[in-house]
Amino acid sequence: MQVNDNKEFQPLIVAFCCNWCSYAGADLSGTNRLNYPTNVKIIRVPCSCRVNPMFILRAFQKGADGVILCGCHPGDCHYTSGNYFTRRRMTLLFSMLDFLGIERDRTRVEWVSAAEGAKFAATMNEFTEAVKKLGPNRRLEDLRCRKQ
Amino acid sequence: MQEAMINKAKQLLADGTVSRVIGWKRGEFAYDITPAVFETAEELEKDFVFDDFTSANVSKYLVKESKKEGKVLVFLKPCDTYSLNQLTKEHRVDRDNIYVVGIPGGPKLDIEKIKAKGITGITSVKNDNFTLKIETLYGEETMPFYEAVLDKCASCKSKKHVTYDELIGEDGDTLESNRFDMVEQLENMTSQERYDFWRSELSKCIRCNACRNVCPACTCENCVFDNPASGIDNKAPADSFEENMFHIIRAFHVAGRCTDCGECSRVCPQHIPLHLLNRKFIKDINSLYGEYQAGADTTSRAPLTDYTADDCEASIVHERGVE
Ligand code: SF4
Ligand code: SF4
Ligand code: SF4
Ligand code: FES
Repeated sequence: MQVNDNKEFQPLIVAFCCNWCSYAGADLSGTNRLNYPTNVKIIRVPCSCRVNPMFILRAFQKGADGVILCGCHPGDCHYTSGNYFTRRRMTLLFSMLDFLGIERDRTRVEWVSAAEGAKFAATMNEFTEAVKKLGPNRRLEDLRCRKQ
Repeated sequence: MQEAMINKAKQLLADGTVSRVIGWKRGEFAYDITPAVFETAEELEKDFVFDDFTSANVSKYLVKESKKEGKVLVFLKPCDTYSLNQLTKEHRVDRDNIYVVGIPGGPKLDIEKIKAKGITGITSVKNDNFTLKIETLYGEETMPFYEAVLDKCASCKSKKHVTYDELIGEDGDTLESNRFDMVEQLENMTSQERYDFWRSELSKCIRCNACRNVCPACTCENCVFDNPASGIDNKAPADSFEENMFHIIRAFHVAGRCTDCGECSRVCPQHIPLHLLNRKFIKDINSLYGEYQAGADTTSRAPLTDYTADDCEASIVHERGVE
């Protein structure tokens, strides 16, 4: 694990990982002693399509600076087609968040299989770097609640 | 037109085809036209109104009305028939229990646009060859008809009825609409500009829920926003995120189901351009998954309940457009 340098901005990254591929991929990167940043908080879901758009918004609301969703490669979903639905939903949702002014580099979908420990680590490193460059997320705040 | 509609309704009531009629009647002011149910010829003669302010889409009332005893007659404008199709497709109404009389669409008038000219105390508005003659407590005013047209009518997508049992008047065609222009304008802004635009718009919301209540796609018996355990049920904006959540989630729930009837924006007391959210989804769906208009038919599969193995990846959002 990397030791965080306190002076530098450290983004909070939430990674939703499906149980059957990506979570196992994360495990593998651990057993292979590959490094990925401690900024990444993994939430395990049964299938990538379990992720309701509300989960993503909640993650941002609770302070995430970036949200990434990982699932089995298209065609390999444990439940046959879950990730195909995920793909459409997240494409539209991320496009909407972009439309509302959340920078598009704060959201991502990545397909990571159980054998791709190295890809998992590389993806997380790269994503964390990208979010770090953007700085803290601007909240979808209500102007009436803004502290003067 | 009002005359012909009342006669049609009376005839269908008299011969027993239908047992009640969904139409409109006048509210407190001359321009307040609200949906109403009529059961007798007398009621129709007394209260039934159809004029330039009759813009409410009554298709959602069929969710309840079509499940009652006896057939219900409903007058639908072209845009409203899309909503009925969508409700039929989602098994929310009993189409066999509905008798649809298609009526011509707008353009309808927006009283707010008249008031915005500083005209107050309005007692009646007449369309005289596309000049509005407005009677007020302080005398008569005039303004051009087209300056007072409802936004949703100004970007009408279709004058064609997609479902009906009978028509009064001629049927029209689907139109080349300019409805995505504003969405495009926003897309071409920087993300900071878009952020600022939506901050100021969404921060006006008072969570009256009118947009959800009027929406013909929002017919869930248990809406997530009525669930006190969700943390986002109806309440005053106490937290800085709730209204945003509400709008994004509601728009997402109706993605691929929104018939673009424009009712949500029309009823919003805070004039938030909600249709821009829905149209953004429609525009994305059209460009990514093929042209699709919810309500155009009752059989096609909705884009979010469908997929193909070679759909684009979510990264397409990152690859296109300006920052
Ligand atoms: S109608 Fe307008 S003010 Fe009311 S909840 Fe909807 S957006 Fe908010
Ligand atoms: S979201 Fe708005 S435009 Fe779409 S169907 Fe509902 S009320 Fe009509
Ligand atoms: S907001 Fe969502 S849950 Fe509520 S009525 Fe609309 S579609 Fe249903
Ligand atoms: S189980 Fe991994 S995406 Fe469905």
